[in-house]
Amino acid sequence: MDIAVLIKYVPDTTAKISISGGRVDESSVSKWSISPFDEYALEAALGMKDSAGATVIAVTCGPSRSEKGLRDAAAVGADSLVHIVVDDLMTLDSTKIQGLLAGAVKHTGADVVFCGKQAADTNSGSTGPGVAELIGAACVTNASEISHDGSSFGVLRPASNGSERVSVQTPCVIAFDKTSTELRRPNVKGIMMAKKKPIESMDSGSLGVDVSGSTAQINSQSPPAEKAPGQMFDGAESVREVVQKLRNEAKVL
Amino acid sequence: MEITIIAETNENGIHPVTAQMVAASSSLGSKPTILCPGGIGSDSAASIDGVGAVIGVEGDCFSSFDGGAWASALNSAISGGTVFTASTPNGREMAARIAAARGVPVVQDVTGVSSGITVSRPIYSGKAMEEVSVSGDCVLSIRPNAFSPSGSGGSASISTVNHSSDVSVTVMEAIAKASERLDVSDADIVISGGRGMGNIDNWAELEAVADQIGAAVGASRAVVDEWGLSHSIQVGQTGKVVTPTLYIAVGISGAIQHLAGMRSSKFIVAINKDADAPIFGVADYGIVANWEDALPALKDALSSL
Ligand SMILES: Cc1cc2nc3c(=O)[nH]c(=O)nc-3n(C[C@H](O)[C@H](O)[C@H](O)COP(=O)(O)OP(=O)(O)OC[C@H]3O[C@@H](n4cnc5c(N)ncnc54)[C@H](O)[C@@H]3O)c2cc1C
Ligand SMILES: Nc1ncnc2c1ncn2[C@@H]1O[C@H](COP(=O)(O)O)[C@@H](O)[C@H]1O
Repeated sequence: MDIAVLIKYVPDTTAKISISGGRVDESSVSKWSISPFDEYALEAALGMKDSAGATVIAVTCGPSRSEKGLRDAAAVGADSLVHIVVDDLMTLDSTKIQGLLAGAVKHTGADVVFCGKQAADTNSGSTGPGVAELIGAACVTNASEISHDGSSFGVLRPASNGSERVSVQTPCVIAFDKTSTELRRPNVKGIMMAKKKPIESMDSGSLGVDVSGSTAQINSQSPPAEKAPGQMFDGAESVREVVQKLRNEAKVL
Repeated sequence: MEITIIAETNENGIHPVTAQMVAASSSLGSKPTILCPGGIGSDSAASIDGVGAVIGVEGDCFSSFDGGAWASALNSAISGGTVFTASTPNGREMAARIAAARGVPVVQDVTGVSSGITVSRPIYSGKAMEEVSVSGDCVLSIRPNAFSPSGSGGSASISTVNHSSDVSVTVMEAIAKASERLDVSDADIVISGGRGMGNIDNWAELEAVADQIGAAVGASRAVVDEWGLSHSIQVGQTGKVVTPTLYIAVGISGAIQHLAGMRSSKFIVAINKDADAPIFGVADYGIVANWEDALPALKDALSSL
């Protein structure tokens, strides 16, 4: 079983996001990391490697800095690394990026794709189901547990009145939520090996994917609207007054 | 402009976000067509003001959720133009599928629309906003509670079509919620606790207040991880993003990842013993107090309302 894991290298969730000239200023980001849910997807794939001998192919699409994300994935056990080079992801809409990722997945021959339920920068959740559509695969999103059984996977996902265990046949895309599995940390040997691991580099040309003619453009990015400072109250004695205000002033009770 | 809305439904009928999607369409000058997956909620959809027509899309695939099958069946009933879904897990999945199938852009979690189309949406978990303009057909998922709903009193025509598609995701086992509590994503009021609550034994005090006002109970990641609470109640960057009318944070410091999940709530109350806690930076009403004193006072005050 070959599993392609889609990992996006994004500003760390602790990083301050500043805006300059109507765009998020990437050069001011203090720390970049693999997007949190992608780490759970990677961990699940590595679990399949341990239990079912799967081969884990880490795939990223982005500028040259994203190679570090691939090396981080290799350091914990990813077997091979694919980098689709795009200098500025913001020039492409999600459907185009899905086209590139789907092209790379086809190129690797993987029939199972793991990814995050949403990336920490876009917060979209489009890529997993979109790639599934493009490669003609089933998709299950918000997976929090996974098991493997021959040609199908058992996946735990939320449902309107609790959760449900579903069965999905390959080819499939599984988009992960946080799982209860502890993430493995790289050891020194892993980090050394990862440095030497070759990275297969591609672009839209070598993949034969047309990314021209996007009809969606980012006009601007801006800081969130400033919120007026709230009212402060001291001590539990003030609770009654606050509740009155919630009713009469805010009208939310 | 031509807009097709995919109604957000569950086994109980139609979700309120559907009327909010109609309002968003109306603001673009459209009388939208609503598609009801599996025919559920057609009558309620037809009664929303400003709807052009309602189509119940019926097929075997609608008995349980398979985003691929649903999107494919619904897509057969869409003639073109712009498609709206709800920005819920299922709605987002269908939005992405339909956009990919049509080769058009998708923009998720839209909180504002203006003609043209220009849409705005939060990115980086609300640490920034983005404005995107789209020149042709597209698929948008609309964030619940971002638009005030259209009223009811309409009487759009209802028709039914049959479209199904191969199902590749089958439900093996349904697992009922451990508690009968409201889901944090749906609730109008959310009361969340953090590490400042001391230990899990005190959680019942938070739940008691929640029960009093019909609120959902949420939690910071610290207590979900350390006290073994269900991840489904975690609010924040790696939990749920909630937009209730009222959010009450108790003993939560307000780490940036927590704020990411709740800062767009309409009204925020924070109870924390530390006057410098960052949670007060987003609170409309901040109460500097120990929860041990504040929660009983809150219970009293609520019961005398
Ligand atoms: C990748 C990543 C993702 C994350 N995702 C999330 C997420 O989705 N959601 C999330 O919440 N966190 C998330 N976190 C964790 C986040 O950074 C914080 O660690 C967490 O939110 C802290 O939880 P807390 O506020 O309950 O605890 P603390 O930060 O320990 O705060 C406890 C607060 O309680 C107050 N307090 C103490 N005693 C009392 C008392 N008696 N009465 C009243 N107040 C009292 C204290 O003053 C303090 O402000 C994430 C972190 C990372 C790195
Ligand atoms: N540029 C990218 N490179 C690799 N994986 C990606 C990329 N964009 C999105 N993904 C994957 O798709 C998931 C959802 O992304 P999004 O649709 O942007 O929220 C992410 O968590 C990743 O697993």
